[in-house]
Amino acid sequence: MNLPLHYIARNLWTRRLTTALTAGGMALVVFVFAAVLMLDAGLRRTLVGTGSEDNAILLRQGVQTEIQSGVSRDQAALIESQPTVARNAKAEPMVSKEIVVLIGAPKKGDNKPQNVVVRGLGEVGIALRPQVKLIEGRWFAPGASEIVVGKGVHAGFEGMDVGGSTRFAGRDWRIVGVFDGGASAFDSEAWGDVEQLGQAFRRIGYSSVIARLAERSDFARLKASVESDVRLKLDVKVEPLFYEEQSKALSQFLSILGIALSLIFSLGAVIGAAITMYAAVSNRIGEIGTLRALGFRRAAILWAFLLESVLLALLGGVAGLAAASFLQLFTVSTMNFTSFSQLSFGFHLTPGIATQAMVFAAVMGVVGGFLPSLRAARMEIVDALRAG
Amino acid sequence: MSDTPRSDAAVAGDAALSPPPIVRIRNLSKHYVRGDQAVPVLTDITLDIPEGDFLALMGPSGSGKSTLLNLIAGIDKPSGGELTVGGLNIAQLSEAELADWRAANIGFIFQFYNLMPVLTAFENVELPLMLTDLSRSDRRERVELALSLVGLADRMKHYPNELSGGQQQRVAIARAIITDPTLIVADEPTGDLDKKSAADVLALLQQLNREMGKTIIMVTHDPGAVRAARHVTHLEKGELLGTEVVSGE
Ligand SMILES: Nc1ncnc2c1ncn2[C@@H]1O[C@H](COP(=O)(O)OP(=O)(O)O)[C@@H](O)[C@H]1O
Ligand SMILES: [Mg+2]
Repeated sequence: MNLPLHYIARNLWTRRLTTALTAGGMALVVFVFAAVLMLDAGLRRTLVGTGSEDNAILLRQGVQTEIQSGVSRDQAALIESQPTVARNAKAEPMVSKEIVVLIGAPKKGDNKPQNVVVRGLGEVGIALRPQVKLIEGRWFAPGASEIVVGKGVHAGFEGMDVGGSTRFAGRDWRIVGVFDGGASAFDSEAWGDVEQLGQAFRRIGYSSVIARLAERSDFARLKASVESDVRLKLDVKVEPLFYEEQSKALSQFLSILGIALSLIFSLGAVIGAAITMYAAVSNRIGEIGTLRALGFRRAAILWAFLLESVLLALLGGVAGLAAASFLQLFTVSTMNFTSFSQLSFGFHLTPGIATQAMVFAAVMGVVGGFLPSLRAARMEIVDALRAG
Repeated sequence: MSDTPRSDAAVAGDAALSPPPIVRIRNLSKHYVRGDQAVPVLTDITLDIPEGDFLALMGPSGSGKSTLLNLIAGIDKPSGGELTVGGLNIAQLSEAELADWRAANIGFIFQFYNLMPVLTAFENVELPLMLTDLSRSDRRERVELALSLVGLADRMKHYPNELSGGQQQRVAIARAIITDPTLIVADEPTGDLDKKSAADVLALLQQLNREMGKTIIMVTHDPGAVRAARHVTHLEKGELLGTEVVSGE
């Protein structure tokens, strides 16, 4: 490559309207591509951020979600007595026995009922989630029909405000606070006292048990101990792994959707780039002949036009990525099919996604520019000089 | 005055001692294939061009002047015969070798200047140097020298569309001499210029030939342009009619 870069860049600038239109097509594709990846990244961050490496979650063997799971009181007591479980200052085991149920609540906007996860837990359960912070009101009182809602629920559902109440399981539940789940899946939950919720939903046992490990390295021992105890027919996982599995189906769906959309759109953008580059070659046949006469080789011509096409695509890539980065201001609320509940999460732009988007743009540039560049490189000098 | 070495050789009168011609053409032919028909363009051309010559190639339109020039400049391939430039049989070079050879040995001047519209005068002149390994500052020095030689030192940052035709052709001349080539080929360099600009360009070519010893081959059908040259040769229907000395300088 020995043609100066400013030769390439200025040719794009000279026909800036065409350049803008073609790059705009590329930008659209990169926008869609990046948006879907950002959604996927946001989803993962939300769900993975929900768990902590210090916590182990125990569910009935073979189930995927807390909703489907059941853990008896006896089993929960056996877990509390595990030596690998951490204890607090009062020497109580740091084990949270929780009930997880779904209720229907009207969404803001269309008033259509959607599932909301209601989690019953106690003081320990709150302590095990340090990322969850109360931002309004107070926590629910033990023994009271009170709930505290995540900020996603507060924002997305009708009547989920402090001072109000909501009715489910045959009772009215007072809403006494709003918490911020630290961009985790807890934002899309409502929390209340585990004993009160158990009574209201007529549950004898629990849904899941979350145990703080004495040491992270104790996980393997806890797992071995749980699996070897015939009374404990439970699966045990570290929380981040559990939550990652929760997001798998939705994440796969998003990835496939994203790839399919991007491929379809990119076909149009690539054809657009090819048309633009063919026109550029036709307009510069005389120039090509001159450059070749001056001693530039065919390969230099090929590179120059290919680079022009790639530069064009990268311009589109930067524009598309810039537009996509604004999506981070928005939050998406969608059904997580694994848990059948609403989950809200944001778009999250990572350096990896930015790189992938730019590589994708560059590939579109290469594919769109290849045939026109080849045509430019294959011309005979005298023919090019006569035609120009 | 700069003629002196050649005159000396002539005075010596010994053909064996005179330097070999820079361009040596023997029985050269060229035809183009159109469909399944071979269209002859040049037939049986034999010509020697000595170093330091300024040869004008005249002839009616379509007589094959450009084709002959293109063969000598190594941008087209002969169909038969011999062609050596600077002692090298250029027909035998590979395409890439030929490109490198042109970059080092040939300076091109075209009828319509053929400058890159997106490059400034400076950058246009610098372009052939991008194929050398000269440093940036060496390139700058040379380009500035070449542009001041053609009288455009004050137009370095101008784009071709900001220059008159005559100025553009002078930029093209600066580009043609920037690599200090063995041979300068000019295809109707005044064909698109008004009288005054044409005269300037011809004076410049003459200066390059007389003062710097550049060998120039110029295609033209302007009898006025021929006066700048040392020799003139006539081509008609692809055949050479003979070379004469240009008189009346
Ligand atoms: N690439 C080509 N293909 C076919 N015919 C050509 C080609 N180049 C030149 N010719 C023909 O060769 C003849 C001489 O052309 P050219 O050398 O350009 O003439 P001149 O420069 O003397 O006007 C013309 O008849 C022209 O049509
Ligand atoms: Mg011609």
